[in-house]
Amino acid sequence: MALVKYNDRSLRNLTTAPAAVTGNSPGALVHIKTLTASSSGTLSFVNGSSDVVLDSTYPIYKFEFINCHPSADAADLTVNFRDGGSNYDATKTTTFFWAYHDEGDSDTTLNQASSNDLSQSTAAQPISANPGNDNDQCCSGELFLFNPSSTTFVKHFIATSNSSEPANYSINSHAAGHINVTAAIDGVQFAFESGNIDAGTIIMYGIKDS
Amino acid sequence: MTLPTSGLITVNDRGARAATTFGSVAAVGGNMVFIKKLTASSSGTLSFLNGSDNVVFDSTYKEYVFTFKNIHGGDTVDLTFQADTGTNTNYNTAITSTSFRAYVHEGDNNDIGFGYRAADDLAQGTGFQRLLHQLSDDNDHGGAGILRIFNPASTTFVKHFIFKGNHVGPTDFSRQWHFAGYFNTTTALTRVQFKMNSGNIDSGDICLYGIL
Repeated sequence: MALVKYNDRSLRNLTTAPAAVTGNSPGALVHIKTLTASSSGTLSFVNGSSDVVLDSTYPIYKFEFINCHPSADAADLTVNFRDGGSNYDATKTTTFFWAYHDEGDSDTTLNQASSNDLSQSTAAQPISANPGNDNDQCCSGELFLFNPSSTTFVKHFIATSNSSEPANYSINSHAAGHINVTAAIDGVQFAFESGNIDAGTIIMYGIKDS
Repeated sequence: MTLPTSGLITVNDRGARAATTFGSVAAVGGNMVFIKKLTASSSGTLSFLNGSDNVVFDSTYKEYVFTFKNIHGGDTVDLTFQADTGTNTNYNTAITSTSFRAYVHEGDNNDIGFGYRAADDLAQGTGFQRLLHQLSDDNDHGGAGILRIFNPASTTFVKHFIFKGNHVGPTDFSRQWHFAGYFNTTTALTRVQFKMNSGNIDSGDICLYGIL
């Protein structure tokens, strides 16, 4: 076979490479699904549906929620989990604390927001507090879910976010807890505690461990 | 030379390896690179040593991430960690750190707490830094979390770390832990070790990633 020479100009137009180049690996953080809200009541990631993988394929899953904008003022962004059946009602015990600071520099606080804690509750867990519905207000953050497919252990999650609040506060929310079931978690649902997710994007990733 | 804009092109290895740019392919590699997974099985310690057993923990990456999943130990034991330099194996680098946590009881959402934990921080301490406090070996207990260590290979700066995790222990509290601090050395860190403050890491796994 005759040798064909290509220079940088020709190679830089390539958009895919053979497995030998990528090492058969797309990196440890693998994009699974992006959902974009449009006056959506909920955004749900269900294993086996719409190309979503939420099983033992990955030991840890990461969700990034970006620019989530509520229709209702000061509605918390929440998460809940499906542990069998179609309901998002897995039992959880959780903690929630926040730091906040107003734009006028007159009020700062760091404390546990006990109204957002859960004790063996099936209710949705707030993960980002009080985003406003002004055009420039929203919340963004991340949530890690550990080993959702385990049928032996409880499942832990940790979430960190920031939101811009109706009275012009910046709120840094920290939520974490354990889903106190041994059934596998096969669905994760995000919603505001009232109204719709008017806009925003939630991206799901799997984190490989091999 | 006119370059083809569409259609099939064939490039052999000799041609490809001489290239210095490669279109948009570089992004396919991802920014989070899996390095090593250690699985505990009644393990006294779990150690990640640069250059040993395929572990990379040097200037290859500016940030390293450890993930913890299903960590179990004996009743009321704590998962801890330390780091060391060169070929030293003492794991006694000076650390100054902060610790705070929030907790809620499974049976009573009025049984809560939040605050700084002076008992779990270090002030130039050379002991092991706590990460998950009061674990147990029950299946409905255990812990998980994420630890980030920044630029461990620096020979100029101290090395910072940040941890966030959650666990439930023998008294059935769900606890959210936050630790952060720095290894107060300008010598490159080459190894990280995890162990319980008493007994073994009964089960669980710890994975190491590099962040490009």
